[in-house]
Amino acid sequence: MIKAFAAVAALLVMAACSSEQKVPEAGTSVTPGSIADFKQNVGDRVFFDTDMSNIREDGRGTLAKQAEWLKKYSNYPITIEGKCDERGTREYNLALGERRANAVRQYLVAQGIPADRVKTISYGKERPEVVGSDEGAWARNRVGITVLQ
Amino acid sequence: MMIPRRTVLLGAALAPLAAPMAARAQLTIDMTRPNFEPVPIAVVDFQGDAMGGQIAGVIRNDLQNSGLFRSIAPGSFIEQNLGANSAPRFPDWRNVGAQGLVVGSIASIGGNIKVDFRLWDVLKGDQATGLSFTSQPNNWRRLGHIIADAVYKRVTGEEGYFDTRVAYVSETGPLNNRTKRIAIMDQDGANNRYITDGSTIAITPRFSPTLQEIVYMAYGDRNTPPKVYLQNVDSNRRELMGNFPGMSFAPRFSPDGTKVAMSLSQDGRTNLYEMDVRGRGMRRLTNSPAIDTSPSYSNDGTQIVFNSDRGGSQQLYVMGAGGGGDRRISFGDGRYATPVWSPRGDYIAFTKIMGGSFGIGVMRPDGSGERLLSNGFLVEGPTWAPNGRVLMFFRQQPNSGGRAGSVTLHAIDITGRFERQVPTPTDASDPAWSPLIPQ
Repeated sequence: MIKAFAAVAALLVMAACSSEQKVPEAGTSVTPGSIADFKQNVGDRVFFDTDMSNIREDGRGTLAKQAEWLKKYSNYPITIEGKCDERGTREYNLALGERRANAVRQYLVAQGIPADRVKTISYGKERPEVVGSDEGAWARNRVGITVLQ
Repeated sequence: MMIPRRTVLLGAALAPLAAPMAARAQLTIDMTRPNFEPVPIAVVDFQGDAMGGQIAGVIRNDLQNSGLFRSIAPGSFIEQNLGANSAPRFPDWRNVGAQGLVVGSIASIGGNIKVDFRLWDVLKGDQATGLSFTSQPNNWRRLGHIIADAVYKRVTGEEGYFDTRVAYVSETGPLNNRTKRIAIMDQDGANNRYITDGSTIAITPRFSPTLQEIVYMAYGDRNTPPKVYLQNVDSNRRELMGNFPGMSFAPRFSPDGTKVAMSLSQDGRTNLYEMDVRGRGMRRLTNSPAIDTSPSYSNDGTQIVFNSDRGGSQQLYVMGAGGGGDRRISFGDGRYATPVWSPRGDYIAFTKIMGGSFGIGVMRPDGSGERLLSNGFLVEGPTWAPNGRVLMFFRQQPNSGGRAGSVTLHAIDITGRFERQVPTPTDASDPAWSPLIPQ
């Protein structure tokens, strides 16, 4: 009896594992209009190529969705955090992070977000999102993050 | 610990015991020759006071760390208890392989100490130099550095650099939530103390010419761009250097200390400005849509070297100190960053980014004679010793397994043959070497 129960439990765990691979349905687990909703269902960040600050094709879709959401929920002050990978010098990367944050800001403003609602701050390579020294980590640290308060 | 704001320090030539030298001593080294041998030197514990052994220890460590001297182990010395007031038995010192011999005597005078020291040329059997100092006893470490500087100068013909400090960024904690504090220590790692409290990230410190103040960049609250601050190193009183709407960073004192060049960012552009330290007037130096940063004044204050990506990638440019006349000086492969003009004016040191690796190098101010001294996964941020013959920089190892790689300070001579790690209590980056401490 106990053995049979253990087997069923194991199956349930496996099912839970496989369901984690799926992206959650929009709005299923978070309050619409919350910061969690923005991060989970819109996406709070766009990525950049090495030493570049232009918004990539994959980032444009994300920022268009951000702008749509931010217009709907217009009470959040917005700060764009620009960051860089560790493969540049400290001071240049501060400026590059600023340039990336500004690129995101300008894109959102062009989509109709009021300019005075969006601040920027650069962290250069001082606050990486991912700790690692390979291309996978660096690609995720070349980032512009839309942070809501 | 507090470093005395002003030190009583009187130096005078010490009369030779033997007859004045008739000929140039043999005890010399040409450090610009690629294959010199370090000079074997014996430093005897100074006589007359218990601190004599500590002073000698400071001198041995300085000379050995320069790469130009080999300090002979005191345990092998034959002649014992030799002070500054009697002539050495030169055969005993030749037998232990010494070419130079440093001796000293300490006497108490009131509340002060009087330290006499002599450098003997062992092969020639004659005094190379001798000096006498009077100072407060708590200055014993500085006395050791000053004597090491005198030995270095006599043997190399170059000014010493041991009586100096280094400001740097102390790093602790995980990389994605790193504490970065400004710290100051003696160049040998002693007397380490913290200048900022670590509540926000503070980076890129630079000394004023008097060492009384540092400028650096620090973050404020989470939504405010970082700013440049000026801080007195004794009182720790700090002032914001201009409250600009965007980020201000990369501050550097002019050689006379009256101005600070820095970068200001706005709308994705980063340009160079110059602020008058007293009046706080601001003057624009560059006007480009690019990133212009990491300025460094020439030793005579008439020019500024900086890095800019105005041509498409990060390169080095030189302009007049008031702005204008910009010309590119770096033309090799790769990207160039963090240029630093030598205090002697003969070289510009830089960080070079080449594909997957970083290098520390030097070139002439006109861009000729480029030479790499060190390289690695990440080496960055050279700073000059005041004699322009030694550089310090930082070296970061790759991160792995979610953990930060070590970050350490390193010193290297401009021939690139002798690199050593500089001890720090924590991980450390972004060193800034001070001028010689005013005596």
